Amino acid sequence: MAAARADPIMFSEFLQYLFTGITIGAIYALIALGFTLIYNASHVINFAQGEFLMIGGMATVSLTAMGVPMLLAIVLAVALAGLMGIALQRLAIAPAKDANVVTLIIITIGASIFIRGLAQLVWGKKYHVMPNFSGDEPIEVFGAVLNSQSLWVLGVGAVLVAVLVYFFTRTMTGKAILATSMNKDAARLVGIRTQMVLMLAFMVSALLGSIAGIVVAPITFTSYDIGIILGLKGFVAAAIGGLGSGVGAVVGGLALGVVEAMAAGYLSSDYKDAVAFSMILLVLFFMPRGLFGAKVVERV
Amino acid sequence: MIVKLSEFRLKGLVFLAIVVFALPLFISNPFHYSLATQIALIAGAVVGLNLLVGFAGQISLGHAGFFGLGAYFSAIMTSHYGWSAIPALIVGAFGVGIIAWVVGRPILRLKGHYLSMATLAVGFIIAIILNNEREMTGGPDGMPVPAFDVFGWELSPFGQYSLFGMDISGDLAWYLFAGVVLLVAVWLAQNLIDSPIGRALRSVHGSEVAASVVGVNTTKYKSLVFVISAVYASVMGALYAHFQGFITPAVAGFEFSILLITMVVLGGMGSTIGVIIGAVVLELLPQVLADFQEFEMVLFGLILMLTMIFMPKGLLPTVANFLAKRRSKSAGGDA
Amino acid sequence: MNGTLARYTKKFLAITAAGLLAMSAQAADPIRIGSFLSVTGPASFLGDPELKTLEMYVEKINEEGGVLGRQLELIHYDDAGNASKARNFASRLIRSDRVDIIVGGSTTGATMAAVPLIEQAQIPFISLAGATVITTPVKKWVFKTPQSDRMAAERILTDMESRGLTKIGLISGTGGFGSSGREQTLAVAKEMGNIEVVADETYGGSDTDMTAQLTNIRGADGVQTILNFGFGQGPAIVTRNYAQLSIDLPFYQSHGVASDGFLELAGDSAEGLRLPASPLLVPASLPDSDPQKPIVEAYKSEYEARWNAKVSTFGAYAYDGLMLAVEAIEKAGTTDKAAVRDALENIQGHVGVTGTYNMSADDHNGLTADSFRILEVQNGSWKLVN
Repeated sequence: MAAARADPIMFSEFLQYLFTGITIGAIYALIALGFTLIYNASHVINFAQGEFLMIGGMATVSLTAMGVPMLLAIVLAVALAGLMGIALQRLAIAPAKDANVVTLIIITIGASIFIRGLAQLVWGKKYHVMPNFSGDEPIEVFGAVLNSQSLWVLGVGAVLVAVLVYFFTRTMTGKAILATSMNKDAARLVGIRTQMVLMLAFMVSALLGSIAGIVVAPITFTSYDIGIILGLKGFVAAAIGGLGSGVGAVVGGLALGVVEAMAAGYLSSDYKDAVAFSMILLVLFFMPRGLFGAKVVERV
Repeated sequence: MIVKLSEFRLKGLVFLAIVVFALPLFISNPFHYSLATQIALIAGAVVGLNLLVGFAGQISLGHAGFFGLGAYFSAIMTSHYGWSAIPALIVGAFGVGIIAWVVGRPILRLKGHYLSMATLAVGFIIAIILNNEREMTGGPDGMPVPAFDVFGWELSPFGQYSLFGMDISGDLAWYLFAGVVLLVAVWLAQNLIDSPIGRALRSVHGSEVAASVVGVNTTKYKSLVFVISAVYASVMGALYAHFQGFITPAVAGFEFSILLITMVVLGGMGSTIGVIIGAVVLELLPQVLADFQEFEMVLFGLILMLTMIFMPKGLLPTVANFLAKRRSKSAGGDA
Repeated sequence: MNGTLARYTKKFLAITAAGLLAMSAQAADPIRIGSFLSVTGPASFLGDPELKTLEMYVEKINEEGGVLGRQLELIHYDDAGNASKARNFASRLIRSDRVDIIVGGSTTGATMAAVPLIEQAQIPFISLAGATVITTPVKKWVFKTPQSDRMAAERILTDMESRGLTKIGLISGTGGFGSSGREQTLAVAKEMGNIEVVADETYGGSDTDMTAQLTNIRGADGVQTILNFGFGQGPAIVTRNYAQLSIDLPFYQSHGVASDGFLELAGDSAEGLRLPASPLLVPASLPDSDPQKPIVEAYKSEYEARWNAKVSTFGAYAYDGLMLAVEAIEKAGTTDKAAVRDALENIQGHVGVTGTYNMSADDHNGLTADSFRILEVQNGSWKLVN
């Protein structure tokens, strides 16, 4: 039992891994929420989700470099991402209505390569820095340090989740999205314009992604290709949590982040990603629909 | 119906054989041979993947993992342990088959995107191991691979050979070899499709519930085809490694997995000739787009997106449909 | 239907073949310099300045009358950091474009994938990648301009030793550069005997937080200094995490981040760190007697004027590669491949931006470890310390 006694250094190390994991996990969670939104509305896995993140970060950085005040730059960047979300749904997903799921996935992959290519043409290939929102001084807690930006990530993440919950349970539009995801035909019968709803889902998902991209940029830097791996991790988080479940996305994201950090800290940094991927397999073996995935009735 | 279908398939195989053997009449540049060889080997892997995706309806986003395992097993055994290429290839394929079976049993119970996720995870784990085990694999910088040898006789793209009294270059020899391998791969795949197993598979694709209701053991068939497609990937990966003479963990990477599945979807899921066309297009496109420099990525994304939006069934089925429609129209007009 | 399709295919192939033939026949006049670089993808910070450098200096040389009275023609492809693409493009350069010499290969993987082909085709090749394996053992047709990562490791560990730092915490990227650098560091430490690597951590190329690894290193027994081998944005994140954790051990980076771009990313966190680099970052602090000084200053000002961007060490590898190629062709008096290769191998005292090259039959890199200078970040800019 000696090991269980709180050795102060061991505890501060543990806390450090935890902070690291929760911060990065919160980012994964926000991306996973974006996946979830689009998945719920259209059953499409949007592989261009990471690009919204990139647009948010890159547009903010380039606008501020042009002398636009930070806050305005953020608003414009988020609006730009929202437009891209709408464009993605209108121009790429909607025209391919009778395409099957795999084809739709490939379309989103094509879209993500296209968007990344555009970003590279417009903004170049360099990594860019975004200053911390509130000072560089880290906060110390029991010997572990927390980047002040981590608090922003967590805070913004929490606010976004609260807004989403409110949106889906209290507003007509949100309820319409939910209704469409449950049964498109029935939703149409009760007068919901399902195409409009789909567009809205893509837009909200893009807004979410771009905000995540902005709050995280001071920690990760930003570049035209930052979306690839973060988007992928977001998908992983959404799958662990159970596709279509908002709670699942948040839990999945945090779990993935914490497992990665703990694996890097206690097991092997070489294999920390392998540990994370093994965790996914393990979760899926025992819970084939992720942690919180709904049982979907298969149409025969 | 069945007769017609197999007749159609035979036509496809003959057509493919003509293209493979006629191509050397039109190209003579060794670079074009090397590109064609590479396409043929990747197309072989794609034909295997198509069995899983196009016929059994199961999506794999990690297939490059099996390709990479085959490639590295052959590379490691031939360069570190002095094995000959053929036994390395066979043992590698066998081993990959077993791995696929072990992994496949549990993950093939998953449905839709969860299966994609699980295959993606398997692919990633394989790529991470290849990247980290430096002593064996040379790590991220890759490792050289000895030439392909058969009973002490070496097939190298740089050699000189004679075939039926004709002098042929190593590039051409490799190309012909890869072409024959592809034809065999297609022939085997078509036989499988027309067999009772193939019919069972198609029923799995149609509706898994219905298939299990009429007594098809869906998990068994899915595992079987998963193993077969992994073995395809492994064999092609091994040949690819020997042909390239150098491999890096990118052959097992996520991007390559995505490329393989894109070839299947772009060419036309379920059409063996279609997916080969998918492989040809996606391997040639970067060569064509290379001249557009910094616009390469934008154009590639745009072409991929537009093709899939306007030809959601894939290139070959869409074109075939279009031609069939026009023919029936003009036939109607004549009568 | 098959008949029609086949006819079209034939026609298409015939046209393509004719076009390609015509293309290769037309341009026999200029000296053709081939290049495959990682202009996009994770190694684009290598390939991008390399391509810019090649483009501007080929232009400049042509304006000044070319080489041997012939113009230079640069034919380049983007391998996106992918080894099989690199091999394909090398094959295209050799067999379709029929280039006279190849200057390229931004990463070790891309270089090594092309090497078997290049050796077979017997064409001189100057690689711009760093790992020791490229020129050790010597390959007849393969040369390279950057110092090897082994030299960097030697330089860093010697500097540590001179400061009395013998217990190293190592953190490296899992990409080719970091992984090879890690291996060389471990090997050099073993040979030096008195240096001990007490922690050995890694991070993935696209990881966004390395706090966990650094926490582990900080906790390692007796650790006195930290060394990060890697390139891209990763080392900048490591540097920032290092500052956030307020680790006060002396901190070293590798030459993989020797650029002003790195200082921009890492900001104040980089204060006090040391790394080995070519003198390109500190041209002003070179003594006037240093033969490299005018060349370094010229390259820096020309590049920055032309591209309105900071120079990087990596672009300089391409500069040196191109200039070595030009010197070899001039010395050989021909573009005959064997003659150019022999001339390359006999180049002595070629002063470049990276260092002074003395090639020989058993050294196809031609640099020594002291072509690396040790720089320290002081008040947000590079200072030459050694």
